[in-house]
Parts: sequence; C-alpha cells; structure tokens
Amino acid sequence: MIIAPQLEIAVLVLGIAILLLEAFATKIDKRVFAFAAIAGLMVVLFATFFVTPTSSSDQATGFWSFYTADRLSIFFKQFALATTILVLIMMIDYAPVVQSSFPGRTPQAGLGEFFAVPIFTCAGLMYLVSAIDFIFIFVSLELVTISFYVLVSFTRRNPATLEAGVKYLVLSALSTGFFVYGITWLFGATGDTNLQRITVALTSPSIERGPALFGIVLVFVALGFKIAAVPFQIWVPDVYQGAPTPVTAYLSVGSKAAGFVVLLRVLQPFMMLSQIQRLLGLVALLTLIYGNLAALPQSNLKRLLAYSSIAHAGYLLIGVVCFDGRAVAFYLVAYLLMTLLSFAVLVIMAQQTGEEISDFDGLAKRSPFLAFAMLIGMISLAGVPFTAGFLGKFFIFYAAILQRQIALVVVGVITVGCGFYYYLKVVRAMYWQPAANTNKIPISGLSHLAITALILATIWLGVYPQPILDALKR
Amino acid sequence: MVLFVIFCPIIAAILIMAGAPARKTALIASILTLAATVSLLASLRGDQGDFQHVTSFTISPEWHLSFATGLDGLSLVMVFLAAIVTLAAVWFTGEIDRYENAFYACLLFISGGAIGAFASIDLFFFYAFHELALIPTFLLIGIWGSGNRIAAAWKITIYLAIGSFILLLGLILLFQSVPAASRSFDIRALKAAAGLGQISAEAQHHIYLLLLIGFGILISLFPFHTWAPEAYASAPAPAAMLHAGVLKKFGLYGLLRLAVPLLPEGARYWANLLVLLLLGNIIYVGLVTIAQKRLDWMLGYSSVMHMGYVFLGVASASVLGAIGAVVLIFAHGLSIALLFAIAGELRKRTDTLVFSELGGLGKVMPFAGLTFGLGAFAAIGLPGFANFAGEIMIFFGAFRNGWEMERFHTLQIATVLGLWGVVISAVYMLRAYRKVFMGALPERFHGLKRLIDLRSSLRLPITLLIAALLCYGFFPQSLVRMIIPTFRSTYFSANKSR
Repeated sequence: MIIAPQLEIAVLVLGIAILLLEAFATKIDKRVFAFAAIAGLMVVLFATFFVTPTSSSDQATGFWSFYTADRLSIFFKQFALATTILVLIMMIDYAPVVQSSFPGRTPQAGLGEFFAVPIFTCAGLMYLVSAIDFIFIFVSLELVTISFYVLVSFTRRNPATLEAGVKYLVLSALSTGFFVYGITWLFGATGDTNLQRITVALTSPSIERGPALFGIVLVFVALGFKIAAVPFQIWVPDVYQGAPTPVTAYLSVGSKAAGFVVLLRVLQPFMMLSQIQRLLGLVALLTLIYGNLAALPQSNLKRLLAYSSIAHAGYLLIGVVCFDGRAVAFYLVAYLLMTLLSFAVLVIMAQQTGEEISDFDGLAKRSPFLAFAMLIGMISLAGVPFTAGFLGKFFIFYAAILQRQIALVVVGVITVGCGFYYYLKVVRAMYWQPAANTNKIPISGLSHLAITALILATIWLGVYPQPILDALKR
Repeated sequence: MVLFVIFCPIIAAILIMAGAPARKTALIASILTLAATVSLLASLRGDQGDFQHVTSFTISPEWHLSFATGLDGLSLVMVFLAAIVTLAAVWFTGEIDRYENAFYACLLFISGGAIGAFASIDLFFFYAFHELALIPTFLLIGIWGSGNRIAAAWKITIYLAIGSFILLLGLILLFQSVPAASRSFDIRALKAAAGLGQISAEAQHHIYLLLLIGFGILISLFPFHTWAPEAYASAPAPAAMLHAGVLKKFGLYGLLRLAVPLLPEGARYWANLLVLLLLGNIIYVGLVTIAQKRLDWMLGYSSVMHMGYVFLGVASASVLGAIGAVVLIFAHGLSIALLFAIAGELRKRTDTLVFSELGGLGKVMPFAGLTFGLGAFAAIGLPGFANFAGEIMIFFGAFRNGWEMERFHTLQIATVLGLWGVVISAVYMLRAYRKVFMGALPERFHGLKRLIDLRSSLRLPITLLIAALLCYGFFPQSLVRMIIPTFRSTYFSANKSR
C-alpha cells in the first residue's frame, strides 16, 4: 500500500541520487541521467494510480495538517509527473545547445544539473497541489520558483537568457513578497493559515471582512504572476523567449497549472464574496484581450507561444470565475498536451533552422511528420473540434453560459477568432510557403515516440474525454 | 451503412495521407460513398418521420453525449447531395502540381465532415463534423488557390471560426434551456422536450438569434456574406464546388433541422429580421452580382444571392416552404458545383476570368458552352430543372405561410420582392453567358493549343450533375416524398401546440 506523501519523497530521493551520482561519475555520457530520471519518474507515475485518494479535501493525511491527498491533488501529481517526463525528453534533444553554451570546459559540463533540477521542480509541483495550508503553499511554491531561477538562466552565456533570468528572478521575488504580505493579512484577520479553518472563520460574523479581502487580493496578485494574468504578465514574453526552450515549455505548463490549482484552493473560502468574482472576471477579460491581441503581430514562434499562454490563462480564468474546477482541470490537461506538442516540435526545429515562424517555411516538404504534429498542436490551441483544445473551450464556455457571464462569453468568442489567425500563421508557413532548403530533419527515436503519443492523446481526448472527466469526479 | 458513408471518405483521406495513390483511392472512396448512399435511398422507409439506421455509442453518460448517427428523409437528401458533388469534385481534380496527396485528402475531409454533420443525431458531433472541414478549406485555398488567395483564406477561416463559435454558444444554451432531467445533445430528445413546451419563450428568442447569426455566417446570410465570393473566387475549382455546393448547406440544414422545429416561438419573434436580411441577400447581393466583372466573383455572389430564396423557405415556417427549401438546397448544390467546375476549366485554359477579356468560347468549347448554359438556366430557375421546383414551392409556401395570418403580411411582400430575384439572376447569368461564350474569339486566343473542349473523361461528372438536375426537375416528387415525413410531424405538432 502506497500512501500519497511517499510519492514526493521518492521523487526527492531520485533527484538527490541523480545529483550525487552526477558529481562523481565524470566519465559516462550524462544523458544516461536523463534516461534514469525519466524511468524513475515513470515508476512514480505508475505508483500514483495505486494511491487511494481521501474523500474530502479538508482531510489532512500527512505533514501535520498541511497536506491533503484528495482526487484533485492526485490527478495533478500525475499531471506534474507527466509534464516533467515530457520536458526531460525535450531536454535530451536540447542537450547540444546547453553544451555549446559552456565553452572551454569539459564537453559534458552542466548537463547533469540540467537534467536533475527539473526533478526537484516536479517534487515542488507535487507538494504544491496537495498543500492546504498557506505556509505549506508558500514553501512548495518557493521550491518550484527557485528551481526555475536556475533553469531559466541555465545557458547563461547567451545574453537573452541572462536577461530572462534576471527578469524572472526580480519579478518572482516581488510576487513572493506580495504572497507573504497577503498571508500575514489573512493571518491577522482570521487568526489562521489553514484554508479549511479560514473558511470556517470567515463565516462567523465577528470577523472583519475587509482585511481578509485585502489579504486574498494580495495573494491573488502573487498568483497572477505565476499564471501570467494581466496586469502581471509583463515578464512572460521576454522570459519565455530567452529561457532554454524545454524550460519555457515547463514554465508555461507546469508553473501555470500549479498556479491554477493553488488559485482554486485558495479562493474556495472567498468565492461567496461577489467582489472577488467581479475582480476575477475583470482580470479574465483583460487577460483574454491582451493575450490574444498582442499575439497577433508576433513573428517569433516562441514569443507567440508566450502570448498564447497569456491568452489561455484568460480562458482558464473564465473557468475560475465560474468556479468550475473540472473545466479548469480539463482545460489544463488539454493545454499540457497541445503546448508540449508545439514545444517538442519547436525544440527540434530551433536547432535546425530557428525559432522564427518564417523558419518553419516549407516544413511540410522537409518533414511531413513534424509539420503534421505542429498542425495538430496549432489547431488544438486554436480550438478545432476533435482535438482536446476544443473540448477544453467547450467546457469553459459551458460553465460561463450556465452562469450567464455574458461579457466573458462574448469576448471569449471574439478572441477565439483572433486565435485562429495567429495559430494558423504557423500552419501557413509550414504548408504554403516554399522551403528555403530541402534537407530532411532528423528526429531521435524517443522524441518521435513522445510526439506521436502527444498527437494521439490530443485527438483521443478530443473525441473521448470521459477518462479525464472520471478521474476528476469528486 | 451510415457509418460507412461517413467514414469512407475520412478513412480514404487518412490512407492518402499515409501514401496510398491519391487519385485512385479518392475516386474509389467517393464512388463507394455514392453507391452506399443510393442503397440507403432505396432502403429508406418513406412513411416514417423518425431517424432510421440509428447507431449510437455513448461517449459521456454524464453529459448525455453520444456518437449517434442516423438518417431521415431530410438528412438523406443532404447526404445524397454531398455524395454526388464529392464524386464530381474528385473526378474534376486533374493534375495537381504539388502536394497531390494532400489535395485529395483535404477534399475528402471536407466531404466526410459534411456527410458526418448531416448524418449526426447528436448535436455535439453535428457541430464537430462540420468543423472538420475548416482547416482543409484553409489549406485548399491557401496552397492551391489563385488570385488573392492569402486574404481569402484568412477571411473565410476567421469568419467561419467565429460563426461556428457563436453557433456553439447557441447550441450550449439550447442544451441548458431544457430542464436538467431531460438535458441531452440528442436531437430526438430535444425535439421531444420542445414538443412538451419545455423551452421557454424567452429562451427561444435568445437561442434562435444565436443560431440564426451562427448558421447565418456559415451560409453567408447578408450582411455576413463578404467572405463567400472572395473565397470561392480564389479557391481551386473542386474546393469551391464542395464548399459552395455542400458545406455551406450545413447552415441551412441546421436551421431546418434545429432552429425552426425546436424554437417556433423564436422563429416567429425574429421572422421580420430574417425577412429583411434575406431580402438583402436577394436584392442587394443580386444587384452586386450584376455589377461583377469576373466570372468567378459573379458565381460566388450568385451563390450568396440564391441563399436568399432558401432563407425565404426557412422563414415561411410552412411545410411547403420548408420542402421547397430542401429541394432548392439540393438543386443549387448541383448547379453551383457544375458552374464552378466549368469556370475552373476555363481558367486553366484562358488564365483569366475577366469578362472583357473573354468571348466566343462557345465555338472552340461547344460542350463546355452547352453545359454552362444548362447550369445557368438551372441557376436562374427555369422550369425543367430542380431549382425551379424548389423555388416555386418556396414562393407558394411563403405567400401562404404556415402561421395563417389573414392580412397581407411581410412574408407576402418579401415573396413579391423575391420574385424579382429571378429576373436579376436571369440578367447576370445570361450576360455572363453572352460575354464568355458568344461573340468573337479575342485575338490572343487564336491558335492557342490549350483552348480545347473538355476531355471526355471530364464530361462524365458534368453529365452526372446535369442528369441529376434534370431528373429531379421533372420528378421532384421523388425528393418531396422523402422529405415530407420529417416536416409534417414537425410543423403539425408545432402548429397544434398553439
């Protein structure tokens, strides 16, 4: 019998083991560690299916009263593990770029840490989705963020990466400040840091609502940084563009998903306050408009995906406004599949030609497989039926219409139209434009497998979403 | 059998993408699809208004979502149209200079999507199948189009994407407007709920408007029509045939299948708006069509204009008008496909479709001239072609509409004005015919080797289209008999409930 907290401990042990081995084994090919990490995480992923979730989210199961293992958290632990595995596969493809950014030293320098740090991020994400106490949320959020500090600026000889690293560091630190300040206000108002007890405390008439509300708004500001909601999105385009591509993928999926799970948990006690709902609705509206409009003129694919990640945060926020956890979770799964699919192709292409959209010209001739994969990724992001992305939007819009959020629905539909334009720009480049050169593009076996799996999963979930819906059932 | 008809083109498209010989596979698939459709036609029991050959797989019990397909007379007519036009379009696709496999795969995806939408009983798949055609259309226009293809491809894609998301909102609202216990995406269940009066009048107003705009954008209802002429002018001929002939009819099918029967109150509420817009289609777009200087643009606008008649049939909310609308959908799909096919062949030979640069082609291409003339006659609505049968039923139905108001109502005024549309279409069609096929052959075409009549292999699909037009022009009853049960149950129950 496996109990939930063992999963994180296993992941942490795996990370430490790989880090230690890496320090002593100087002779062997460092990619072995990536394969070991993937294998280890797969074992943990397999093990998560044997954990029985607790029935309610209030029930703490470990680490004093900080930790819960309800269905939602188990589901997102699997989500974090799957993301990390796919990111590690991308990192193997990306290894030559990392090596080339450490000139003059041993050819393998830096690679070991590059493969080991994401494991710690993964552990952080897994703790985060289980956290039901502000203190624990804060600690695990920091574990995630600090490991991202390292990852974002990993290829530090590249000025753009360095800039991204600094921006991410400064703004994340700022958002952490907001977070802590918010927690103190909440603690001061309610006398507690446990979410469940805060909920109870808020219902009693003797509590002053004002300070609590102020506290939660500060917390929301901090989480707004993580999920890239307007007006806290300024760091996103530069950081996404400058960071190593697999790290960008990890940021846009892992960090965002964690942010949304925390947001759903943290807001639970406050959703009955209509001010919060209105505030969230406004942020969602701004995020949708900004993300989609700013994505229109982009010519760099990585930057385009950065803006698209802001846009998708907007759709996800619609789900949060309607407080439909399942719609948000399903959207996140769809987002995971399609975003990682696009990034997986981008990682391969970026080493061949570049990251501009024009570098994809004529890809259909050079590599029909990669072009098709990118096509599926893009149309799923745009929201074409029979792909997971469409069903994600479907559930979100369903929830919004049910709650009669007219403004959000109207803006949502118009921005979907924008989305079709900028996602299909990539399709246009791949299929319409003639290729500059006609060399075939080599793909490693593991990437081939991962991309095929992502394509199939994207279409499978677009046609038959029931397994995910079942997994999310309360 | 129904599943075979839906998935035959889709599987063929996947095979072609995987490397099967493109043209052969596509031809075999479309012939098989047509054959299966004909056998379905033969086995349809005409006395029932219900769906037949129903197969259903549950996708999500909690959302009452299932993959359910089946056919009644109305949907079978649409599938039949799709099968005929698909065969003609595939046949008409000659040599493709690049990505030949992708071209055929795109065509078959459009066809499979349209057939799937027509044969779906479940609203979710009804919607999703239609969207399956969106990306292939984008690629077809973008890769193989001509003229201002880039702008045209964006325009059609974004228009249709927004239109279908508005439609999606309408469908979700429809789903939610039914009491929770009987919520379902199944058209039959929704119809039952509507029959019991479970959809409140106020909800009907909202939903009908959303459906009207959503479907309207897909059908190129005035003033949302501007994507259509440009896209059809730029698209390669087979794509224009399939899109104008079949895919655009999805919206009309949706109005006849969902909007009017399920939301009679909403239909009545917005009837005047619809009448106003459809007059925009007939009169305004008709005049715009006359002003066109290029054959492809003129055909594009004419297809927009003829949608006005079908809308009149929809707006009439009478059995006769609705049946006329279906017959006209069928006939217009065939005739516009025929005209686009010949226009595409002309473009290959002359490199231009500007009226002032053409002329006298009837002498060098007698077969093309004859068949284009027949297609033009059909489009005008001359007796003997199926278009005439459809239009006359629509006009009669609209003039004496199902709501049986005693005074001279807006629909009658609209009918009177709409009849002028026949004159307008005679003007532009005959003018086009004169400018392209009559008169003297321009200097620069003298001795041009490419300027030969259609090859005999291309004459077959054209003959197929004309034969169908004439056949159902003289015997429209065979179509009407199939459609009647669908509408009789609908409108009689709707009228009785008041």
